[in-house]
Parts: sequence; C-alpha cells; structure tokens
Amino acid sequence: MAIEVSSARLAARVRKIRRGEGSAFFLLDVQMEVPSGISILFGPSGAGKSTLLDCIAGLAQTDEGRIAINGDVIFDSEKGLSVPPQSRQIAYVFQSLALFPHMTVEANVAYGLPHAREQTRDGRVSEILKMFRVEQFRHRKPREISGGEKQRVALARSLVTQPRVLLLDEPLTGLDAELKGSIIDDLRAWNAAHKIPILYVTHSREEVDALGERVIALEHGKIVSEGTPREVLDAPRRRRLAQAAGFENLLRATVLDLREPDGVMRVRLADAVCEIEVPLGHAAPGDRVRVAIRAGDILLATEPPRALSARNVLEGKISSLERRGTLVVARVDCDVVFTVHVTPGAERALELAVGKKVWLVLKTHSCHFVEG
Amino acid sequence: MKIEALLLSVRLALCVSAILIAIGVPLAYGLAYSRWRGKFLLEAIVALPLVLPPTVLGFYMLLAMGPRGALGKLWYAAFGHGLAFTFAGLVIASVLYSLPFAVQPLVASFETVDSKLLDASAVLGAGSLRTFRRIILPLSVPGIITALVLSFAHTLGEFGVVLMVGGNLSGVTRTVSIDIYDRAQSLDYAGANRTALLLLVISFLVLSAVYGANRRAGRRAWAPWPLR
Repeated sequence: MAIEVSSARLAARVRKIRRGEGSAFFLLDVQMEVPSGISILFGPSGAGKSTLLDCIAGLAQTDEGRIAINGDVIFDSEKGLSVPPQSRQIAYVFQSLALFPHMTVEANVAYGLPHAREQTRDGRVSEILKMFRVEQFRHRKPREISGGEKQRVALARSLVTQPRVLLLDEPLTGLDAELKGSIIDDLRAWNAAHKIPILYVTHSREEVDALGERVIALEHGKIVSEGTPREVLDAPRRRRLAQAAGFENLLRATVLDLREPDGVMRVRLADAVCEIEVPLGHAAPGDRVRVAIRAGDILLATEPPRALSARNVLEGKISSLERRGTLVVARVDCDVVFTVHVTPGAERALELAVGKKVWLVLKTHSCHFVEG
Repeated sequence: MKIEALLLSVRLALCVSAILIAIGVPLAYGLAYSRWRGKFLLEAIVALPLVLPPTVLGFYMLLAMGPRGALGKLWYAAFGHGLAFTFAGLVIASVLYSLPFAVQPLVASFETVDSKLLDASAVLGAGSLRTFRRIILPLSVPGIITALVLSFAHTLGEFGVVLMVGGNLSGVTRTVSIDIYDRAQSLDYAGANRTALLLLVISFLVLSAVYGANRRAGRRAWAPWPLR
C-alpha cells in the first residue's frame, strides 16, 4: 500500500473477540492509521485502550486483524503471522513504568541494547539520558529517584532502542502540569528528529487539551470519533445525550446559513446533497453540527406531498422494513438513512415495501439541533 | 556423637540442595508461567512428599532401586553395581522427598515478579531466556535462598526415607537421624541427646535465617509454616 510506505505510519486493524455461552462479541474492534507524531488515544477506563496497545505490542493476542508498521506486516491473522513482541521494534511505556528495580538507571536504559558494542552502547545511553535530563541519576536505582525522573528514565529506556513506534499508556499520571509539559516537550524534541508514530493513551481531558494534536476516541472497544481535541472531546458527550433522550436519528450536518428573522437555519446533511431547515442554534455558517430527530416525528408519504406547513420534504427509498411488536421500523435512504416509525396499519394502507419510493416530511421543530 | 554421621548428613544435604536447585528452577519456572491445563497434576505430584509418610515414599523408592526395579536395573547397567543402600541411592530418594521444599518457594518467588517487568523486558527485545536470567532470577534471590536452606535443612533431618532406602551402613548411609535412633534404641541417651540437640539447634538457626531473610526482603517467600 502506497500510503504506508510514503511516511512512518502504523496501520492497525485489531479485533479481539470474547466468547461467552453461545455468543460472541467484540471486546475490541478498531481500525486506525497512526501517522508520525503524537496521536492521543482517549477514552474512559475500560474502553479497551490498554488492551489495544497490548495487541499492537504483541503482549495480548489479537483474534482478527492486521498490523503493519511502514508497510512491514507484524501481525496478520489471515496468514497466521504474528511477530513476537521482542522482535516488533515497538517501544511501550506502561502506566507503572516497569523500571527494573534491581538495576541502576543506566542498566535499565542499556537493557534494550544487548548486542551493541560497549562503546556504542555507552554513547547512546549517555546521549538519551542527557536528552531526557536524567544523566545525573545514572548510577541510582529507580527507588532512589522521584516520580517525574522515573518517567523520564522510562521514556529514555524505550527510545534508546530507536523503535519504529512508541506506545505510551498514561505515562504521566500523577505529575503536575508543569512537569508534564516539560517531559512532553522533551519527547517532542526527540521525535522531531525521529518522526515515529506515537500513540499516547489517556483518560484525562486536560492531557488531551494540553497535547492538542490528533485524537482518537475509544469507547466500548470501538473508535467513536477522530479529529482535533475540540471535535472529539465535545462529540461523545453530546451524542450520548441525544441517544439517551431517544433520538433514533442523529445526523451530521454543516450549517449553511442562519435566517434569524425566521428563527431557523439551513443545514446540509453530511455525505448528502439534501438540505433541511432546523431551529436556530448557537452556530455559525460552516460549523459542523448534529441534528437529532425522533423516528416517531417523521411523516412518511408515498406521493409527493403538497401544500404543507412542514418545511422539510426529502425524497428517498425504503431500504428495510422491520416489525417490532406494534411498531414498524422503516429505514429510508435519502442519501442519508433515516429511521422512521409507522404503525402496522399505515404500513398496510400505504403498501410499504422495500425499494418503494417515499417522501419524508420533517417539521422544523422536530429537528433538534445538537451542537458540536 | 559420631562426627562421621554428621559429616555424612551434611554431605547428603549439600548434594541434595544443589541438585534440587538445578532441577527445581526449571520445574518451578514451568509451574509458575506455563498455561498448560494439566499443570495441576504436576503441582500435585511435586507436593506429594508433603503429605505422604516417608516410609511410603521410601518403600516405593526401594522397590524402584532394587535389582528388579527399573531404576536399579538402569543404574546397574550404567555403573555395574546396585543403587539401594548406597549414598547415590540416598541422594536420589532425598531429592524426591525434599522436592516441594525447593520447588514451592521458587514458584512463589517467580510468581511475585511483577508481570509488567516481564512485558517491559519483552518489548525491549529480550527473549524469555534473557528475561529469566536478567529479571526473574535476580528478583527471586530471596526465594532461591529459601529453597536452598529449606531443602538443606529438610534433608539434614530426614529419617524414614533414609532408613528405607539406605539402611544403616556406617559412613555410607548412617545419617545423624539414624544415629540418634540407633543410640536411643541401645539406651545411650546421653549420646542421642548430644546429636539430637545439635540437630535441633541447626534446624532452629536455619529456619530463623529463612524467616529473617523473608522479613528483610519485605515480602514473604514461601516457608513451611504460614506465619503472619
């Protein structure tokens, strides 16, 4: 794949399956591309962040998927290929740091260079210790240095091997902001020269804001959003709110224009040409927003409706029909797929069927504007 | 007190503890880290001497080492003489008898090594042998010392297995415990007391050393008596 070769990049498709009694579900189902530079893997505890890192590093078994670094495949379930962790050239800093307690700082850092000649090894160890400002502690044991110094040593130990990818599992937990910032600056300085993909796991919103780069949000083992910290931090909460409130349709849209005298604004639904009118919200043209609509608030017609007060009429085709008790759930494809609830009686009267052309009628005030 | 018997006991205990460390370390590594389903069977076999009367173990060892036993035949083919009632036979039987006293502290000690350290070692490029040599072994020193001391002390004081397998040949198989038994039988209570007292003191010192070392190590490696 051309993309993988052109720059340092980690491409991972990781599925981890938990099998229960007669059923199986994905504990982790993730596909992502991590370019060089820091990408933040953000999510609540239990979202699967550490498991994902373990899978990438080869410490946990991946059930299905493919992992490649710069085009070099290190895991492929279809080919039965799994490079052992010690040969993946992936550095991993654990939350506990896992410094070897019986070795000095120097011996810890030199641990990853067993085959280098003594001179080369000493040179590289000194250089990285200097880079992370812990040279003066080289003869101390881990228990004799402070928390921040330990974190610096752990980074130095991981990076001295010149890995192809760096995984960081909440490495700076418990440090104050200033110290965190200075360690991150040193890491950035190191990576300015090496340009490897760095995957930085955190559950702290502050860290996401502070690092301010690409964010991948993980929830229940799935990527729920990707983008800048602002986009990602704001999205999941609002989306959950909307879903919790019973909105079956949650559509991404871009604000086109505001018609303040009318109290409405026009938005274009993402990935589609259709435009709808929604109540005015705190947004500016060009903003990306979400529009939430209840399935029960959408009217369905089999002929083009005329002379209506409703402002939004969309043409589409029924893509599926499903009876759920006394409810019929129709999915209507208008470039964007809408979920619509109708009664069984309406289904019969309108002779609804998959593939049938229909019109959806949305009242402006049934379209709820969800910011961000 | 017969110095010959004491020296024999010490020689036996030294041989047995050395052999036990050599076979106990790989065995304990397997028990601590293998994900093999049938592992519990091996664990049970290793622990068997803890509950079995020494005479039972000794009896079967005697049968195995006898001229018609598999071990005895093998030994005869290799060395041209029998195994029962020899020092070598005593060593083999004692190794089996003291096996749990070496293996269990080693397993306990290997298991307490933080698994994240092993993961860290792996991602730093080390294979399992290097990880074992550089991380697990140095961090298990208290456990190894416990294993050594306990197998030494346990072998020093054994009686039943020795009697069954070794008999009572002066300088060859007559250990201190046999010596004490002999003297008590022949009503030489003063002689028996001197040897018994010596054994008591040695055992006490050895156990104090083990518990003391564990206390200093900040964690309790396995010891034959669960102390708080």
